[in-house]
Amino acid sequence: MLSGVRNIRYLKKFCPQTQQFRDNSTQKQKVTLIEGDGIGPEISLAVQRIFEGAGVPIEWEPVDVKPIVLSSGKTTIPDKVITSLQANRIGLKGPLETQIGKGKISLNLTLRKVFNLYANVRPCRSIPGIITKYKDVNLVTIRENTEGEYSGIEHQIVDGVVQSIKLITREASLRVAEYAFNYATMEGRKSVCAVHKSNIMRASDGLFLKCCDAVAEKYPDISYNKTLIDTCCLNLVNDPSQYDVLVMPNLYGDILSDLCAGLIGGLGVTPSGNMGKDGLALFEAVHGTAPDIAGQDKANPIALILSACMMTTHMGLGMYGKQIENAVYKCLAEGAKTGDLGGKMKCSEFTDAIIEMIHEDKR
Amino acid sequence: MLSRECVRFLRALPHKFKVCQMSTESLTKSQYGGRHTVTLIPGDGVGPELAASVKEIFRASKVPVDFEEVIVSGVVSTKEHTLTEALSSINRNGIALKGVLHTPLDTGAIERSLNVQMRLKLDLFANIVYCKSIAGVDCVAPNLDLVIIRENTEGEYSGLEHESIPGVVEYLKVITRQKSLRIAKFAFDFANRYNRKLVTAIHKANIMKLTDGLFLRCCEEVSKLYPNIKFNHVIVDNCCMQLVTNPYQFDVMVMPNLYGNIVSNIGAGLIGGAGIAPGENIGNNAVIYEPGARHTYKTKAFQNVANPTAMLLSSTHMLKHLGLGSSANLIETAIYRVYKNTDIRTMDLGGDSTMSGFVQELGNQIEFLMENPAEIRDRTDPFY
Repeated sequence: MLSGVRNIRYLKKFCPQTQQFRDNSTQKQKVTLIEGDGIGPEISLAVQRIFEGAGVPIEWEPVDVKPIVLSSGKTTIPDKVITSLQANRIGLKGPLETQIGKGKISLNLTLRKVFNLYANVRPCRSIPGIITKYKDVNLVTIRENTEGEYSGIEHQIVDGVVQSIKLITREASLRVAEYAFNYATMEGRKSVCAVHKSNIMRASDGLFLKCCDAVAEKYPDISYNKTLIDTCCLNLVNDPSQYDVLVMPNLYGDILSDLCAGLIGGLGVTPSGNMGKDGLALFEAVHGTAPDIAGQDKANPIALILSACMMTTHMGLGMYGKQIENAVYKCLAEGAKTGDLGGKMKCSEFTDAIIEMIHEDKR
Repeated sequence: MLSRECVRFLRALPHKFKVCQMSTESLTKSQYGGRHTVTLIPGDGVGPELAASVKEIFRASKVPVDFEEVIVSGVVSTKEHTLTEALSSINRNGIALKGVLHTPLDTGAIERSLNVQMRLKLDLFANIVYCKSIAGVDCVAPNLDLVIIRENTEGEYSGLEHESIPGVVEYLKVITRQKSLRIAKFAFDFANRYNRKLVTAIHKANIMKLTDGLFLRCCEEVSKLYPNIKFNHVIVDNCCMQLVTNPYQFDVMVMPNLYGNIVSNIGAGLIGGAGIAPGENIGNNAVIYEPGARHTYKTKAFQNVANPTAMLLSSTHMLKHLGLGSSANLIETAIYRVYKNTDIRTMDLGGDSTMSGFVQELGNQIEFLMENPAEIRDRTDPFY
């Protein structure tokens, strides 16, 4: 549970606008809503209905992210998205279609760059009712999202020899480490583990580790250790319950966050949040757009619902988030599932069941 | 029949690729009077115990192999000449059995990992990890059978890094066409020889368009020469998720260096842990057999609790390479019998048996099998 003092410390640091909102609590806080493509509109509707049912005091501001083609041939996102997110500081995003081809910059990447979303957070918790081979998963992966192996600096030296540069900076490493320890404190988690490969990449991953070491000293209440990426993978598959909060550079984060999602049942049930500077945060469902079932009311809204719950915690409305989360877990435990999880429910029916559960809990 | 295009391609390849050594006996250099000499590097952590158990089992099964033991260690600082001695021994014998060497994390960023140095100096370009479940081992993925082939000499393990300005470090990942073609060719040859149907290339070419893109293109190019083997490719993060949810969709996987490190550990985890998966490193002039998931387990050293299965299976792969298939079959059958017929398990598999207890039971099984050779599973295929 969140203790008041810890929570406020976190909010002051990573979500300053919330304080402002608290002083003026009759006013609803606005949240930018990017519905996304494919099944995006359906699952966004599910979230909106559930939030209304739970009485969460926020107001959605839907924006369209249809890409604009610039005269240079490159694509960009509409200004409306940027201004809306800049004003609201909080956003929820459905899945976006990635366009493959030259000159087209993926929208996800654009959003990440424009808002400097430096940390990707994915809590993975075993969900009752969804059976996998892995038990007692309850961990969070925090991934550095701006540099590392995905710096995008590549060149050909001579024909047949190419190199790509992995970039690690102290600034970015400290920033993500700071976020990880703050997150652990706020969420009442016990340990943070830095994942690295500094036996091979001594200077680069070494720097990342040094930054984590430095930040860890400031948080004596949280136990801190380090593990090699290969050892971590081996242990995650054998016994995932031994890990709590994992913090790591970009590539390892990419791999581990997907692996951990696999441990609990896939991207369809894993929430995700992206943290930017000055408390800007974008929460999203990271699964695909599933164009084959779009518009058929068959989609599974869990990832977006849980992401929205993460969002409420970030906004200081954690009690609502907890309520919704519990209702989702209870519904799943009772066997209410959409088709992809082996159930028979439609997206709208599943949404109704959750809303019903929330009302039941309130009574 | 080779198509004209195919022949042209093969001619264009450097000489090395053509004699991609998959033949078993070409490499046994030191053989005197029917006995083979093999370099043994016990390694750090639990390595020496595992090496001792291999020696014991070899003695019990009367294997005609003599070990030339060389002590190299990453814990105490290794002198340059020790490494040279080890390398010359391996070059002489052409074959080695090796435990995992410890790589200290805090050596002031100068000295490279001994494991990496050995691989580079001997040009052991391919690392193979066999992830095959053993019946009776309680694991996440029973009946799994996949092979992970990893480029072992370049990519993320280039060791080229520098601090541009204080607080900004660059690390170079280098991918070359020559080495990518070589590993791709190796993977397809492997699949061809051991009758496997599918080769999957693992990459991140959607982000690293040039480097991983080159690797992927090389794999695609080589795949065209093997029309009987299916080829597909998966992005590394998706691959890891697929591995933990449905690993059975993969058969032979080929990938650059770092992904190989990660994927082979996931694979080992799926079949019961680092104590189960054997591995080997293959070059043109030498081969080194070592456990597939490279962990020293320093904390468990000298406690008699390690699981010798991975090391023993690596040694039986070695025996097959030496052309001692019957000895290999004897030991492998004995190992499978221990897991199938008894409940003797070491600590890593949730049992309470010691390593010596396991080895003793294995010795009993070998004794039994030597008396009842009909029980030995006759599989001439070096891989199963």
